[in-house]
Amino acid sequence: MSTAALSSVTLSHLDWLESEAIHIMREVAGQCSNPVLLFSGGKDSICMLRIAEKAFRPGRFPFPLLHIDTGHNYREVTEFRDRAAAELGERLIVRSLEDSMARGTVVLKSADEPRNKHQSVTLLEAIEEFGFDACLGGARRDEEKARAKERIFSFRDEFGQWDPKNQRPELWDLYNARSFKGENMRVFPISNWTEIDVWQYIEREKLALPSIYFAHRRPIVRRAGGLLPVTEVTPVRAGDTVENLMVRFRTVGDITCTAPVESDADSVAAIIAETAITTITERGATRLDDQTSDASMEQRKKEGYF
Amino acid sequence: MSAIEKLPLAALPDNGLLRFLTCGSVDDGKSTLIGRLLFDSKTILADTLHAMQRTSEKRGLDVVDLSLLTDGLQAEREQGITIDVAYRYFTTGTRKYIIADAPGHEQYTRNMVTAASTADLAIILIDARKGVLAQTRRHSYLAHLLGIPRVVVAVNKMDLVDYSVEVFERIKADYLAFAGKLGINELRFMPMSALRGDMIVDRGDRLPWYDGPTLFEMLETTPAIHGAHAEKFRFPVQYVCRPQDSSNPELHDYRGFMGRVESGELAIGDAVTVLPSGLETRVKDIQVLGESLPGAVAEQSVTILLDDEIDISRGDMIVKTGELPQVSKKIEAMLCWLSELPLDPRRKYLIRHTTRDSKAMLAGIAFRVDINSMEQQPAERLAMNDIARVSFKLAQPIFADSYADSRGTGAFIVIDESSNNTVGAGMIV
Repeated sequence: MSTAALSSVTLSHLDWLESEAIHIMREVAGQCSNPVLLFSGGKDSICMLRIAEKAFRPGRFPFPLLHIDTGHNYREVTEFRDRAAAELGERLIVRSLEDSMARGTVVLKSADEPRNKHQSVTLLEAIEEFGFDACLGGARRDEEKARAKERIFSFRDEFGQWDPKNQRPELWDLYNARSFKGENMRVFPISNWTEIDVWQYIEREKLALPSIYFAHRRPIVRRAGGLLPVTEVTPVRAGDTVENLMVRFRTVGDITCTAPVESDADSVAAIIAETAITTITERGATRLDDQTSDASMEQRKKEGYF
Repeated sequence: MSAIEKLPLAALPDNGLLRFLTCGSVDDGKSTLIGRLLFDSKTILADTLHAMQRTSEKRGLDVVDLSLLTDGLQAEREQGITIDVAYRYFTTGTRKYIIADAPGHEQYTRNMVTAASTADLAIILIDARKGVLAQTRRHSYLAHLLGIPRVVVAVNKMDLVDYSVEVFERIKADYLAFAGKLGINELRFMPMSALRGDMIVDRGDRLPWYDGPTLFEMLETTPAIHGAHAEKFRFPVQYVCRPQDSSNPELHDYRGFMGRVESGELAIGDAVTVLPSGLETRVKDIQVLGESLPGAVAEQSVTILLDDEIDISRGDMIVKTGELPQVSKKIEAMLCWLSELPLDPRRKYLIRHTTRDSKAMLAGIAFRVDINSMEQQPAERLAMNDIARVSFKLAQPIFADSYADSRGTGAFIVIDESSNNTVGAGMIV
């Protein structure tokens, strides 16, 4: 604990952000009857687990963990996900995009299409299956323009849609999580964090991360101005030149659209140093699906994307 | 456009976090000011800048439009205006900032109120060519109503009035003529040009007659509000932790009262009173994740353990003995109505105050405030964006302070149970 609780002490910015996030999680626990925490094994959701521990220990979490598995995840990340849930002794639910495909509710245009945008369908199916009235997620407002205007408690109608022009006013720290059956709240306790806050928190709390966040050597091809790892779902195409590069991942979503950056940073401290001088925003470098148009994230969120 | 230089690193002393609000009319250059703060503090990154360049070119502009940074939503980009509160972040290495960017249009008063509710400081923009407008008065009144302790009046676009000290002084006098009535705690005037970058981060050399701080210097030296702990201790209970974990017998009797300190501070051993029961006990421990803390300060989320076994649930409040709030089933408040459906005096609403909910009925409207003239007018009903002095009758008592004394325990929201919408924001008088 770095929080020295004495008179005239100012909370550090990390203390303040953590405290706000704990407060938000406890409001969800206090107001909602059947919440769930979305946990992917990514760095933001790893911070969310530590915040949940600080919010609820020595008790158990008042919600299970849920991962929507696209089937396009790095093995290191899914293994980390399972291990983290087991170590915490918390219940992990995994629902798979491939099950939605088998049901026919997700139809891909092509087999190697990025699956991120289809996660919404599987998520909505999981919400319906379990009757969740609130989903806690690790999204941040600094990730993308459309998120900058989203409330911390973000109301979704029965189609899971976000209506940016008709958001509930959110004043002080008085959150309104009320919803009718079939409707749903998405709650973002780390809305006010930036990427560098997340890394500083990981360092301060000494949080373990999946190994692919740190610099490692792997076969890479350069495509569409970004780096694409060579994997089962992203095989080498004719004309590609495969290079063996030192890279690390800044986000760890769908393999087909999550690109690594070239880096030698092999520790959290090295990543912080690198992040602080980086010239590309996090999603810009690594999310090939956001670059389609200025408004692509907003469009996906309206359709129920997290 | 030059390449982006180093962002400040994290190893500097941490001066906490400051939340501020920017408000102004449509063309006061508010988005440009924020863009300038982000740009000059090296917070804009290369790909964002490239996207802005592309969009600026598409619109036929020859300079990068910094306002593109804050205009987030598709509809806004189409109309070229800001329609909802947007939150922006930057860091100077010693302090993290959260900017709430509130739109200036009349119909969006509710957004300004929303943005103001969490701000420690307000920057009110005035176009130097236009001077004090109706919207300036409205924004100033709302900033004051929402209890923002510090207000900076930023006279922008000084480049368009030849950096004239006379223009600046006249606007200052006009502003003081109406704002004097409000009684804003700390008021500061600054000339600037967000477009040219004068007096934002760099002083520039075009305002030699101004010897006050730049906007940046002022933000860096403003005390963080959460540094002040003179207030009375208020701890609304959010959640009760009773693990009853059979694998760990030590936890069988564990009762942790979880919440965030709304104001004041607490130490182990302090005598406390629990509301509504009125029972008194002492603080046995203050914990986070199994570790004991010597105390807890405002805005800190902790778990409190008490000496005696007292039945406490969500919605109760722990205070220091001898520092009790008002326990009341009637409240007098300034109310801002946020809903398109008018306030219906015949209906019951839900009031949420701290972690406590109560059914409520309007008991009367004393007056409505015309926020342009600040005059009090009689009113029978309230429509969206109306602000009025009202009284409510409550089904359950709440434990309240006046908003002027404590924002956390003086504020409430009104919820319409038929839609579950948040329809009103209240400040207890």
